[in-house]
Amino acid sequence: MVAETGHFALILALLVALVQATVPLIGAQRRDAALMAVAGPAAIVQFLLAAAAFFALMYCYVTSDFSVLNVAQNSYSNKPLFYKITGVWGDHEGSMLLWELILTGYAAAVALFGGKLPQGLRTRALAVQSMVSFSFLLFILLTSNPFLRLVPAPLNGQGLNPLLEDPGLAFHPPILYLGYVGFSMAFSFAIAALIEGKVDAAWAHWIRPWSLAAWCFLTLGITGGSWWAYYTLGWGGWWYWDPTENASFMPWLAGTALLHAATVVEKRGTMKAWTVLLAIITFSLSLLGTFLVRSGVLTSVHSFATDPQRGVYILTLLGVVIGGSLALFGLRAPSLKSGALFAPVSREGGLLFGNVFLSAALGTVLLGTLYPLFADALNLGKVSVGPPFFNATFVPIMIPVCIAMPVGALLAWKRGNLQLALKRLLPAFLVAAALAVCVALLMAGQGRFITAAAAVALAAWILVGMLTGLAQQIHFREVPFKTSLQRLLKLPRTFHGMTVAHIGMACVILGITGSTLGRVQNIQIMHIGDTVHISGFDVTLKKVRDDIKGPGYTFSRGTFDVSSHGKPVTVMYPEKKHFTVPPEDTTHAAIRTTLLGDLYVVLAGHDAKGGYITRIYYDPFVVWIFLGGGLFAAGGLLSITDRRHRVGAPQRNNEAAPERKTS
Amino acid sequence: MSLLTRKHKRRGAFLAVILIALAAATFLMLRAFNENLLFYFLPTQVKEGQAPKNHDFRMGGLVLKGSIKKDGLTVHFEVTDLHNSIPVVYKGILPDLFHENRGVIVEGRMTGPDLFTADQVLAKHDAKYQPPEMTPAMKKYMQTH
Amino acid sequence: MKRFIPLFVFLALAGFFYWRIVLIDKGDMPNDIPSVMIDKPAPAFNLPNLYEGKPAFASSGLKGHVTLLNFFASWCVDCRIEHPFLSQLKGHGAVLAGVDYEDKNADGQAWLEKHGNPYDTVVTDKDGRTAINFGLYGVPETYIIDKQGIIRYKQTGPMTPDVIAKTILPLVERLAK
Repeated sequence: MVAETGHFALILALLVALVQATVPLIGAQRRDAALMAVAGPAAIVQFLLAAAAFFALMYCYVTSDFSVLNVAQNSYSNKPLFYKITGVWGDHEGSMLLWELILTGYAAAVALFGGKLPQGLRTRALAVQSMVSFSFLLFILLTSNPFLRLVPAPLNGQGLNPLLEDPGLAFHPPILYLGYVGFSMAFSFAIAALIEGKVDAAWAHWIRPWSLAAWCFLTLGITGGSWWAYYTLGWGGWWYWDPTENASFMPWLAGTALLHAATVVEKRGTMKAWTVLLAIITFSLSLLGTFLVRSGVLTSVHSFATDPQRGVYILTLLGVVIGGSLALFGLRAPSLKSGALFAPVSREGGLLFGNVFLSAALGTVLLGTLYPLFADALNLGKVSVGPPFFNATFVPIMIPVCIAMPVGALLAWKRGNLQLALKRLLPAFLVAAALAVCVALLMAGQGRFITAAAAVALAAWILVGMLTGLAQQIHFREVPFKTSLQRLLKLPRTFHGMTVAHIGMACVILGITGSTLGRVQNIQIMHIGDTVHISGFDVTLKKVRDDIKGPGYTFSRGTFDVSSHGKPVTVMYPEKKHFTVPPEDTTHAAIRTTLLGDLYVVLAGHDAKGGYITRIYYDPFVVWIFLGGGLFAAGGLLSITDRRHRVGAPQRNNEAAPERKTS
Repeated sequence: MSLLTRKHKRRGAFLAVILIALAAATFLMLRAFNENLLFYFLPTQVKEGQAPKNHDFRMGGLVLKGSIKKDGLTVHFEVTDLHNSIPVVYKGILPDLFHENRGVIVEGRMTGPDLFTADQVLAKHDAKYQPPEMTPAMKKYMQTH
Repeated sequence: MKRFIPLFVFLALAGFFYWRIVLIDKGDMPNDIPSVMIDKPAPAFNLPNLYEGKPAFASSGLKGHVTLLNFFASWCVDCRIEHPFLSQLKGHGAVLAGVDYEDKNADGQAWLEKHGNPYDTVVTDKDGRTAINFGLYGVPETYIIDKQGIIRYKQTGPMTPDVIAKTILPLVERLAK
């Protein structure tokens, strides 16, 4: 009964979506207030219906209603309640429903909190959002209905896989989806603007908080996923450049470019067409991320093979949404004439520079991800594009962006003074150079010490450079300290957000450099009592207990004493689990995290002669990668909470917004 | 200088930036393509001499039953496509999912007429990394084992 | 014209993906490891019956009729997805033989008890020796073997009603003539 209610709610939502996608649009064209007024309530009703369907499915999971095919395939009556709930989005059907719920959720948020938006823009954006929603509801109902019944109902479900019961796997999809789907709002605003033929400062102002929210979630999703991989997979890797990761990284890159480009539109009224295009591209890449990965075109064709119909539908859907919006862009872009003059040496010039290089970097990731498909289809051989490719292309392209980052932030809008900016950055340059020399001396003789020195210098350059920008804003040491402090508090939060996020970049660079160039790794056979010396630590194997019983598995646990210069530091317990159903081994590393570096101990198994194979790493600064990711998100969050997002947009006009004195 | 030429000059500067970025991206990609693409072969193709002689490549197939010999950290085994098999030597820790009769991908090069030296051994869905060429088989293992 | 470049790039990509999916639809899975066993005689085997006292099944018994050799196991999740559709294979002139792969007899029997036994004969490949000879990559997998004992088709992964209707049954009927 509950399943049927959920199914019915989805059908109703489809009808509401159809109304919301058409009536307000006609109203907006005819300037009919009554028709336009439909959009808001319709968006809220649609969200409630999607939520009803979602919770109906959750109810089926919680009550283990195995007469629902989806539940029977993915759940099991003895599953802990927590994993029954998170199991709702553990498979294709449920995750599509979650996607739809978030999509309508964003629309409802615009309906509820977007009261200050220009009415035409708001109405059209909601209508466009509903067109997307309509296609997805149709997709769910036609090919991925989670409410199908299974007759007769089995006694128990089939979703017994303890390996998949992991809090990381449970929370990752919703956060990632909040990011992916959040960019739908920027997309809808972009399409609405194309329909109106009007992109101005007010428009850029309105897409910013939505894009920022999406970007923050996506950042958290990617960082969390990376941390999860580092923590649980037992190989010490945090990024593999595999298609699944790239699929979430590409919209992130495009979204980052979008955020920066939108600032230019807001402040200077130029780069309009580019910003609109970026909004479309970002959402398109999000769609690609969700569907082509989920359904397997990128990683495996196998899942498509079992249901090609679904694949064809997805492709048609992508074709209509993306193709349609790009065609509209082609038709309407000429009307988005940029007004203001554009000087190369200026804040907007710097932002453009960053945008160009970010896009080039995005291009290399896209090509690297899709190339194996092309090669295979064109019979060029079966090829894999691994991390070396991305390291050799993506990384060098990002270097100019990082170098330019503090410079651009110090340039004024309209016309900047490059000489003055560089002069101000002299301390940053000196700090960077000094650190580079230190690192080079410390690591001299080791393989890639020059690269390491350069990378550390780059991180220092960004950090000190961004702090210089902050010091300049608060007239640090030019006015009394108290005045500076007051200025600091009065600075718009967007400025703080920008500073924090960019410093996050410095942290990420430090972490990546430390863990890729500074990693020390020992693989050896140890007997009880053996000690391994690594990066100033003495790691001693004390004992190993085998065949300990756990729920659904047995495991071995090693005990390692860690000391440094004779003083005990900690005791570490790596484990190796052996699951019975399905029969599979998993390795659980023991990790001691400090800001200076992580000690990573893995018990990999034993050899025939009673020795234990162990892998011990020291990963300098690796935790800074995740802290940096956190700073990105924190910066974004600071920016969203800026006063001007709460107060409202500047008046709509075709000129650039009046400049704020402080920025 | 008139306003017009100045405008043109600015346009030139932007175009230059964009062109430099594009050129750099293209250059890096072409170079990386030459050096970093890993082609994938089956043991039979390797036997027939299709694999590159002085370049790394990947070889995939099943771990031949009864062929695994461990000597401390060094492991010898054979990868088979059921027609031919190639002996592989690898020093290091094998992934959790490495088993006889199971799918495996080895990355490395031929270091003898009949010996493949692997730098990396990837088994099934191990370490989150799914080489696309093995995925259909691996996905099955993920679901079935 | 310049403004339409993004559209053209996208259309080219979309066309490519479409082509790929159509390829997959036709059963030519570009990413799959090419099966070396197609159009080769089935490897010799002689497997004991899953149920004690019932006759064994050997490669000599492949001659004279079309055989659908379906590898499954009680521990296999995808097999449960495929299982309800196996009955659709009946009545088309082929012998449906099940091979319980790397499984305990009791587990396999209990599983068939629970989910139904659609097979004409069920044998067991405990050590997976026969599976290796067939080039099995995982379960479920199904081989279509013609009257002369030559493998004509291999289905990797579960058979769906779509695959059965579009690919497997037409082939079986053609081979059975």
